[in-house]
Amino acid sequence: MAATKRTSSGTGAKAASRSRGAGDNSAPAIAEFSKEQELHAYREMLLIRRFEEKAGQLYGMGLIGGFCHLYIGQEAVVVGMQMAKKDGDQMITGYRDHGHMLAMDLDPNGVMAELTGRRGGLSKGKGGSMHMFSKEKHFYGGHGIVGAQVALGTGLGFANKYRDNGNVAMAFFGDGASNQGQVYESFNMAQLWKLPVVYVIENNKYGMGTSVERSSATTDLSQRGASFGIPGEQVDGMDVRAVLAASERALEYCRTGKGPYILEMVTYRYRGHSMSDPAKYRSKDEVQKMRTEHDPIEQVRKRVLDANWATEDDLKAIDKDVRARVAEAAEFAQNDPEPDVSELYTDILL
Amino acid sequence: MPIDILMPALSPTMEEGKLAKWLKAEGDTVTAGDVIAEIETDKATMEVEAVDEGVLGKILVAEGTEGVKVNEKIAILLAEGEDASAADAAASAPAAAPAPAKEEAPASSAAPVPAAPVASEPAEDPEIPAGTPMKSSTVREALRDAMAEEMRRDGDVFVMGEEVAEYQGAYKITQGLLDEFGAKRVIDTPITEHGFAGLGVGAAMTGLKPIVEFMTFNFAMQAIDHIINSAAKTLYMSGGQMGAPIVFRGPNGAAARVGAQHSQDYASWYAHIPGLKVIQPWSAADAKGLLKAAIRDPNPVVFLENEILYGQSFEIPDMDDFVLPIGKAKVERSGSDVTLVSWGIGMTYTMKAADELAGMGISAEVVNLRTIRPLDIDTVLASVRKTGRLVTIEEAYPMCSVSSEIAYQVQEKAFDYLDAPILRVTGKDVPMPYAANLEKLALPNVGEVIDAVKAVTYTA
Repeated sequence: MAATKRTSSGTGAKAASRSRGAGDNSAPAIAEFSKEQELHAYREMLLIRRFEEKAGQLYGMGLIGGFCHLYIGQEAVVVGMQMAKKDGDQMITGYRDHGHMLAMDLDPNGVMAELTGRRGGLSKGKGGSMHMFSKEKHFYGGHGIVGAQVALGTGLGFANKYRDNGNVAMAFFGDGASNQGQVYESFNMAQLWKLPVVYVIENNKYGMGTSVERSSATTDLSQRGASFGIPGEQVDGMDVRAVLAASERALEYCRTGKGPYILEMVTYRYRGHSMSDPAKYRSKDEVQKMRTEHDPIEQVRKRVLDANWATEDDLKAIDKDVRARVAEAAEFAQNDPEPDVSELYTDILL
Repeated sequence: MPIDILMPALSPTMEEGKLAKWLKAEGDTVTAGDVIAEIETDKATMEVEAVDEGVLGKILVAEGTEGVKVNEKIAILLAEGEDASAADAAASAPAAAPAPAKEEAPASSAAPVPAAPVASEPAEDPEIPAGTPMKSSTVREALRDAMAEEMRRDGDVFVMGEEVAEYQGAYKITQGLLDEFGAKRVIDTPITEHGFAGLGVGAAMTGLKPIVEFMTFNFAMQAIDHIINSAAKTLYMSGGQMGAPIVFRGPNGAAARVGAQHSQDYASWYAHIPGLKVIQPWSAADAKGLLKAAIRDPNPVVFLENEILYGQSFEIPDMDDFVLPIGKAKVERSGSDVTLVSWGIGMTYTMKAADELAGMGISAEVVNLRTIRPLDIDTVLASVRKTGRLVTIEEAYPMCSVSSEIAYQVQEKAFDYLDAPILRVTGKDVPMPYAANLEKLALPNVGEVIDAVKAVTYTA
């Protein structure tokens, strides 16, 4: 991991604030969470975890079709950012988007029903796993074309600046997308015009089956904005505390008109790229090691228990509550009818 | 031997310009590279540099003269030792042979028998209230005025693209907008079509109303993913929650002598896509009324202009707020023997052909589609039911063209009315060649339209 490199280009974010990637336990000290923060993060991450497990199960039963990309393992990234953001800040991401929607407070019933293609889905069943949106909650999708959300997210930042509304756009993309040309076209414009955009690179180490090392000439993705003068930092994306701290820095930087900021969240997905990916390109040991040593939810759980902020029974109660919420969503998603056939020809033009 | 200084062409489509100013006087010594004059076209003011050395012997075109044709002799340069009498002699000689590109194609193969003129009349535009005063406007001015009016009306409208602001537009369509609206709303972008198209769509998803100018639609192929996947499909994919009120506009199709990569008409590409509206204006009135409508439309609109049409003048209604309906064709000429359907620059050939046909006794009805998607097939069908014959005219390639679609729909919906096969006059199925003669062959011409009409009217 290239954590010894400097953070770029004369900005406020210096190496001292830079945490190390997953798999490296010598990270600098991180601000501790309060009890409330820990329990909030625990519940939110657990909701995503259980939701995704259920989605995987429904996919296996043939109730979810097409492509389905699960977020399991990466929960700390979106939850940490959610804890840092303010009302009005937007999120936009690619196709691994269920976690982002849950973090943006979208109804789990609506998300799950979209996965099953039912009329109560967030897109009335017409978008599917990769295509969900909510103007009300400032979630701008859900995009199936690798890298497209980076330019679109830059447009969200442009609109914030145009309206001078003080909001910041968070554009999430993966290590794979970080090699797309439009990412750099976007970086250039965002820095040129000082747009309030946090580029969140969720580096889960594989773009489908190709590792970062096999696809990228430089692997410290936090420095991908260096030639534009965009500061970047690498963050342990498995530790929600590190994510929150870095996100607060990044959002503040953007909100005060300094321009865009890059956060490379070093994370890991436990499942395959999509449900149909057997993930033969990595060893079982590698996955097992991440799960046992770096799991974002287990880290919080251990801290909470160690601090006596909750008992095993308290956490079990949270788990039970979350499972019930997910079960309700799954129940809804299976029983909600498919869209009316008249929907075939609606929502094409306004 | 005296050297002729000719009126230079300053752009691929320039045919004439104004000799704004002489910077050298008769008798002045000139060396190569000296700026000797300034020339204005409708797009720009350019300096003319001397290519040869000598003494400016005689100025043939006074400064301030407008409409000076490209290749017209504007001055005589004398070599060392030559005197003014040589300049006088040279001035009276014909100009050097101009490029062969300007000759008009033969109108048609044969029309020997002059016939009585027939009824084929310019039709009124039902969208313009009767009695509205008209004024002359170029397509360029109409487009600029449309944007300026809509930007005055709605602070959420802004324009972005390459050279739209400080340069005043590569084709001067955005001239003056920066001065009036400022750099916040008239935005020069880097040369990154994919990125700025995506940025525009993202801004539109929040409710802003971007006008994204492509220097030409040939470059929009770099951005087509955002036009189609991001702009056109989001409303559907979001179950109606989130659309993109955005206009993608710029010159489309062939200009003149710019070769294969700069000469493609994309109408059928975009017309293929549900979720887009596609407009291809011909006249200044089309351009103004439809661009204003496009900017107000809550959907993504692809607005396909044409560089050759930019400088052409048309009558346009002198109204405060002239907006045309999207998706409505206009009968430009009424007639009874054959229906000609065209759009954009195809209308240029079509209107000339209709004139010539009238002289041959064939009454052509001309339908100007104005909008490609949604296609106003009803207006086409009404005309075909009257005339029984249809010829479509466009510059695009024939395969999977807009013409193909019109022919399909007409045979489906008016089969029993057809008295002849539907013919189409299109660009040839080749990448656009550079050589002047080949380029001319690759594009449609008036003669081809007339020949097609003769074929479907069995008068060949």
